[in-house]
Amino acid sequence: MQQLEKLIEDARHSVGICNSCRYCEGFCAVFPAMEQRLDFTKGDINYLANLCHNCSECYYACQYAPPHEFNVNLPVQLAAVRQTTYQSYAWPRGIARGFEKSGLLSSLFFMLALIVLLGVATLFSNGLSSAPAGDFYAIFPHGVLVTVFGLAALWVVTALIMGFRAFLKDTGEKPGELLSWKNVKEGMADAFSLKYLHGNVKTGCTYPDDEISPWRRRFHHFTFYGFMLCFAATVSGTIFHYVFGWQAPYNFFSLPKLTGTIGGISLAIGTAGQFWLKRKADPAIVNIRQMGMDYAFIAQLFLAAVTGLALMVFRETPALATLLVIHLAVILSLFITMPFGKFVHGLYRLGALIKYAKEKPLH
Amino acid sequence: MKDTLLCDVLVVGGGNAALCAALSAREQKASVILIESAPREWRGGNSSHTRNLRCMHNAPTDVLTDAYTEDEYFQDVFRVTGGETNEEMARYVIRETASCTDWMKAHGVRFQPSLGGTLHLGRTNAFFLGGGKALVNAYFKAAEKAGVQILYETQAQTLNFANGECESVEAVCKGRKIRINARSVVIASGGFESNREWLEEAWGPSARNFIIRGTRFNEGVMLRELMRNNACIIGDPTQGHAVAIDARSPRYDGGIVTRVDCVSLGIVVNKEGRRFYDEGEDFWPKRYAIWGRLVAGQPDQIAYCIIDSKAIGHFMPSVFKSIVADTIPALAEKLGLPVDTVQETVAQFNAAVVAGNFDHNKLDDCHTQGLQPNKSHWARKIDQGPFYAYPLATGITFTYMGVKVTREARVVMQDDVVSKNVFAAGEIMAGNILSKGYVAGFGMAIGTVFGRIAGKEAAKHATA
Repeated sequence: MQQLEKLIEDARHSVGICNSCRYCEGFCAVFPAMEQRLDFTKGDINYLANLCHNCSECYYACQYAPPHEFNVNLPVQLAAVRQTTYQSYAWPRGIARGFEKSGLLSSLFFMLALIVLLGVATLFSNGLSSAPAGDFYAIFPHGVLVTVFGLAALWVVTALIMGFRAFLKDTGEKPGELLSWKNVKEGMADAFSLKYLHGNVKTGCTYPDDEISPWRRRFHHFTFYGFMLCFAATVSGTIFHYVFGWQAPYNFFSLPKLTGTIGGISLAIGTAGQFWLKRKADPAIVNIRQMGMDYAFIAQLFLAAVTGLALMVFRETPALATLLVIHLAVILSLFITMPFGKFVHGLYRLGALIKYAKEKPLH
Repeated sequence: MKDTLLCDVLVVGGGNAALCAALSAREQKASVILIESAPREWRGGNSSHTRNLRCMHNAPTDVLTDAYTEDEYFQDVFRVTGGETNEEMARYVIRETASCTDWMKAHGVRFQPSLGGTLHLGRTNAFFLGGGKALVNAYFKAAEKAGVQILYETQAQTLNFANGECESVEAVCKGRKIRINARSVVIASGGFESNREWLEEAWGPSARNFIIRGTRFNEGVMLRELMRNNACIIGDPTQGHAVAIDARSPRYDGGIVTRVDCVSLGIVVNKEGRRFYDEGEDFWPKRYAIWGRLVAGQPDQIAYCIIDSKAIGHFMPSVFKSIVADTIPALAEKLGLPVDTVQETVAQFNAAVVAGNFDHNKLDDCHTQGLQPNKSHWARKIDQGPFYAYPLATGITFTYMGVKVTREARVVMQDDVVSKNVFAAGEIMAGNILSKGYVAGFGMAIGTVFGRIAGKEAAKHATA
């Protein structure tokens, strides 16, 4: 707890200096949000921490950055606070520690999912080698898949909603006042375009080092939109199945196949790129305590993409059953760990951007 | 590294003017070495603390609103300097600023869109996105890419002149002596405000308590060398920008956040607890520019601005917390001031206040009567606790004494002989344009304009 207070105090000290300087106000939303306040409660600092995209422009531009005695390093200081908010917003409380052990937990849940799914597959079919080519449901009956992943989805949605409620309460917002159509629309527009990884003037940002580069934003777009396309593939497959009664497998030019393929490739490129950037990142701008969480999430998404693509390419071969079990184990562990992994950054970032849309001064 | 380096153009300094000179010299295909006395993390001199460039324009641009004509710009400079402006040189700089922002953008400098942020200056000043350090970073990147050889922790120490030409420069690079033989030399190494001995020579012992708002690396070594080699020196060493800043500021590099602007909202007492100047004489820029000298004239160069609760919210937040107490004696106690005198000063002040209509945006009619000195505007009784105080010290921003130059940025030697291959740009020659007061963004204008000219002319001379 003392540690947490210290992180908040460090951030508050820097924010106080920023608020008398204001040179960075053109970079992103964090600075205009600051300028509307004279005093900063813990909730305010937590809000700013989640509003910060960690682009690091303000660090390189800062006349008070270390070795200056004022020691202002907002990207690192806010990242440290941000990580504590993930823990304090987590529901149920018990999963909060999970953020510190993302790599271990992701691996454990992957192994667990692997064992369970292997067991299920053995139960319903005659071992992994005997499945008829191309037929998923000969390995996992449809109902079993729906039950397992339905439960996982329910867990994710419930935990995230509860987490978001904690974010709202902490930052002094009521859902009814904050979530107006205008605020949500503006917040989503800023989030989905990653406006603040542009340096606000569409030049890119100083990541992974002091060179201004558009690649952080591009790789994140590949990742996010790749993920969404994969999600669209699943949803469209479900609709095909239940609404139209069309049974998988679908042909290559069908909606689930196309979105899944493009999404998978995009997700693989995006995560590989983000991994590469993170590896190169200037040590001065990274919060080292957070790297485990970041890498675990990137690895999960990358594996999800690669195993999904492999499954598609080799589905007509005897490798089908093995690949299917591995892919589903990756997806299942991804879902289970979402509420206590890096995934939540998107939720609270979006929340902060919506709050910013509500508060921001009219230009 | 070899002990002797060769190049067409040597640029001494690592701030805005030096970088503009280095980039401009490279544009003329000259080989360029730039030596910066600071280590990389402290590079950029006072430019790292700047924020914008005052820029003439006859129509709105992407980074400036409306229009700002040569005449209006000149009048603004003329007014703040109380007439101590060289009109020909000033107008020359002003006209040249019109083409600056495009050139700056071409070398990686980013600006805030004109509609954002600090609106009231969006017409006259182009704001660097992220401020001066971001500009310096962009220029260093551009210089590296253009092939300028950059040496950090390298301080030029001796200029070897013969027949009005600088034949070589001796420097210390990370503790090692080197010699640089350059065909042209551009001196853009700032003023001498970080050299405390020099300040003390000029100001007397009071200079020991001065706070340097910018870099600690402006020691004036090159100015001394130019003096030794009989360059024509203009101005005197007490000319400069001295403002009242928070006395708790760091000795160097406190920059913008150390300013305190509540003098006009209360009273200012010295360490004896007595007022010494009219706090309500004038508005911000002028008030700001005189209070540094006023505080410098007080015992131990310290003063205390005292306000009451009515003033809160009427001034920019300071980075340092105000000192607070519920009563005036308690506040005086906390400040270490003679309690009785402070109480008496406040009581006399309150008794002398003539009620009026308080309006902080104009020279209002709230004043005192019968005091020595009176407060002529914004005078309100200091009677609503809790009471707040800020300690004030003299903060030196920059110095004006420098070297005389021609319009081609060539250094003028004694007897008006113009040096063939030594050029100067930035703070070290700003005194050619103005020698008193200051207007926001004009220093960067001078540095950019003369940096570019010096670089270009130096390269032309070197490659001719």
